[in-house]
Amino acid sequence: MRHPKHKQTTARKLVPIRTSSMQVIRNTIITALVLATTMAPAADQSVLDAQKRRVEVVEKAAPSVVAIFAAGGKGGGSGVLISPDGYALTNFHVTRGAGTFMKCGLNDGLLYDAVIVGIDPTGDVALIKMLGRDDFPHAPLGDSDKLKAGDWAFAMGNPFLLATNFRPTVTYGIVSGVHRYQYPAGTFLEYADCIQIDTSINPGNSGGPLFNDDGELVGINGRGSFEKRGRVNSGAGYAISINQIKYFMDHLRSGRVVDHATLGATVATRDDGSVVVGNILDESEAYRRGLRIDDEIVTFGGRSIRSVNQFKNVLGVYPKGWKLPLVYRADGKRQTTYVRLRALHRASELTPKKKKKKPPVRPKGKPGKKPVPGKKPIPIPHPGGAPAAQAPAKYKHMFVKKEGYTNYYFNTLERSRTLKGMAALGDFSKATGIWKLAGKTKAGDNYQFTLSADEATLALGQAGRHSQPFDGSDLQDEPRGTGGLLVAMHHLRLLATNPKRKFTEFFYLGSEPLDGRGEQVDVIIATLNEGRSRLYFSKQTGALVGLDTALGDDVDACELRFSNLKDFGGRKLPSSIVVRRSGAEDFATFQIEKAELSPAGE
Amino acid sequence: MKFISRVTAAIAIVTFTTATLPAQSTDKTITATLPKIVKIFGAGGVKNLHAYGSGFLVSPEGHIATVWSHVLDTNSDDVTVVLADGRRFEAQILGAEPQLDLAVLKLNAEGLELPYFDLDKQVGTASAGTRIRGFSNMFKVATGDEPVSVLHGVIAAKTKLTARRGAFEVPYDGPVYVVDAITNNPGAGGGVITSRDGKLLGMIGKELRNSKNNTWINYAIPVPELTETIRQIISGDFTPRENKPGDDNPNRYNPLDFGLVLVPDVLFRTPAYVDTLVLGSPAAKAGLKPEDLVLFVNDELVHSCRMLKSELGHLEAGDTLRLIVRRGSKLVTVEMQVVGKEKQ
Repeated sequence: MRHPKHKQTTARKLVPIRTSSMQVIRNTIITALVLATTMAPAADQSVLDAQKRRVEVVEKAAPSVVAIFAAGGKGGGSGVLISPDGYALTNFHVTRGAGTFMKCGLNDGLLYDAVIVGIDPTGDVALIKMLGRDDFPHAPLGDSDKLKAGDWAFAMGNPFLLATNFRPTVTYGIVSGVHRYQYPAGTFLEYADCIQIDTSINPGNSGGPLFNDDGELVGINGRGSFEKRGRVNSGAGYAISINQIKYFMDHLRSGRVVDHATLGATVATRDDGSVVVGNILDESEAYRRGLRIDDEIVTFGGRSIRSVNQFKNVLGVYPKGWKLPLVYRADGKRQTTYVRLRALHRASELTPKKKKKKPPVRPKGKPGKKPVPGKKPIPIPHPGGAPAAQAPAKYKHMFVKKEGYTNYYFNTLERSRTLKGMAALGDFSKATGIWKLAGKTKAGDNYQFTLSADEATLALGQAGRHSQPFDGSDLQDEPRGTGGLLVAMHHLRLLATNPKRKFTEFFYLGSEPLDGRGEQVDVIIATLNEGRSRLYFSKQTGALVGLDTALGDDVDACELRFSNLKDFGGRKLPSSIVVRRSGAEDFATFQIEKAELSPAGE
Repeated sequence: MKFISRVTAAIAIVTFTTATLPAQSTDKTITATLPKIVKIFGAGGVKNLHAYGSGFLVSPEGHIATVWSHVLDTNSDDVTVVLADGRRFEAQILGAEPQLDLAVLKLNAEGLELPYFDLDKQVGTASAGTRIRGFSNMFKVATGDEPVSVLHGVIAAKTKLTARRGAFEVPYDGPVYVVDAITNNPGAGGGVITSRDGKLLGMIGKELRNSKNNTWINYAIPVPELTETIRQIISGDFTPRENKPGDDNPNRYNPLDFGLVLVPDVLFRTPAYVDTLVLGSPAAKAGLKPEDLVLFVNDELVHSCRMLKSELGHLEAGDTLRLIVRRGSKLVTVEMQVVGKEKQ
């Protein structure tokens, strides 16, 4: 046998032969290209016009593109500004490890400070806020559901961190497929309903914008199919749809670690192509709305469901807690209902303290696809885990650490903004005594609510007196079948008077369509003992429009819907309150004719 | 200057195409093409061997042309085909021509009326500079009724995959379209490239890596190279060419026929060192010595014992065998006549 070293020398000697032949080929190609260029006849005007337009769109989009650098110069990625006050989107996996404060470059050549706002680890989205200006250039949001295969799509960003002057790199391509589902790849990053592009996406493009041909933001680039060719573009990149991010936007602005959702049921495809429930949790809202094993899912979230992937695509784009319309077929009968989605993860899974938890097991349908290999597992986030020492003194106050939050500072901001809707009703701060609200229900029964710190009672028509003491005794569904109306009224009184002191949990959640079909509302969560309330404020007017109170997890809430504000001695109250239990018919509509709100001690 | 005029023509075609085919017609061609592409599931699934591929319908009854690959290498009718509308069928392999990297499948179903590429009317040819669309189920991104992936690009060259036993190990030696889109990904083989107006141009080939420099080539076999064989396989009067499936090496001669004893072939790429020589053999007479390293066989670079054997296997009686060997720091050329085996 020959000495190994001998062979190596031989191999090296062979190299020049190969290189020179490659060189010849390369030169031939270059010559051909040069000839092609010089020999080309004057291009058609429409081509020149299209090119001019493309250049204009790129120029217009470029100022909104962000080059993100992790604190201490460790890596980075891309992002895109979406508001003049500096909110910018990127990937969670870009901000992970980038610290609470980071440096961001724009194509004006300037470096700005930025602070983390909210993260969505499952959807791989993070919201940051760039600081120092209130007139940041920003990208208009497009409608990603309008994209179709073949549409032009261009990506901008900082691939391979090339742009030391922060001028973004542009790559141009087409949409290869829409509504793609990419399984979590050994992590809990899940790309549901995403956009597949042949636009070149490389490391460093992560978090950067995908624009449509009009320069509207349609996605956030974040993932590629990398197999044996190294971690570079292989013709299949994936962008998170901007429509998904729109659903999560206010949740991200809340400064929290945002979670995705599950229906509490798994589905499978039958041979006839229908999608049926394979398993369902008894405690899920879907179960309480009547969904059972083997029922066929007809539509979900307004989309018809013909495959497990389509089901996952719907589920994957909404935050936990949204209500979605569900049409299913049970025993040949079509049923329509609305279901509030459950959390995909336990809170502890999203914000571990010290020990790293295993990624949760997602309910699996029929195995269709394997995860895209090549992605390294990404650890669970540690919000605010980076050294706070790097905070610029000027902006230090803009980061507040609190468990369960990425940055509590932004929650207090959003909560104050939303609670202006409460303050608009008048000053209730002195009305800490007994409240008496009386009138007739729509059905014609006389009623009176008597609300105090210790007890809530309702006298209703002939049915009699209902009572809920607040002396530590159990919260009850009183009157029966309402889901806990008296607790809800008690919460309403507390919310009007002094919420921050009374509730153990009191935070801004985000926004959602009221009842899964109504106007978009800001949501405040208020928890006291077992009772958990969701307050709804119209995004449009800021007015308080509803309150749901549930007496525990996995039980139907009592829903109050407010309308017709009326003045009662300088304070406004809704003169009409519709009451129902989730999923049930209306219990009653209370019309307030008289309101006595006593000050403390009376 | 023939080349230049051809390039000019290509540029003219591009300009013309852009001007007369606005975005809408491209959308339409994509919409019209997607239902003709199928997803194929078969053998594989072992490390780095995907168990999926792509194919395209060439008849309304469900004949599918695809690339001949390990995915089809199943014992029985294990090949499953999923149509663009999500319907699943078992399919049988009607015939294959490994020299064209081609196989034709037939769905096990009667009375189908499927969208398909009409091989008489919808096939086109193109030259360098033509804008194309690629359609395939690369990376198995699409399942069920999800449409396959669409790519865009330009034909960079129409050429041959040269040095077929050197750089690219592939039996097909006809012309190919080399494209600038990354069309040849796992599972993309059997997909198609079309012109922007929807003419079928080529069948995307298997993934092909240049074993020397570890680069990958994106290419498609022009459909006109395949149509005759596809028709023959469908009509049943097809006989494969001389070489058997997967047998690119006729093994007509081996090193010992020339008196060459190589070092034991223990590595994937054992350098082709001469270990000893049979006394009085043609190789000994030609002046080869132990420890010579064979570099070229008839101007074909060989980088392993295996390739040397393959090259010798292709020789025929009457050929001249010319070897370039490295001896110490010198290159030495030797020649010998290839004689008929029966005469030896």
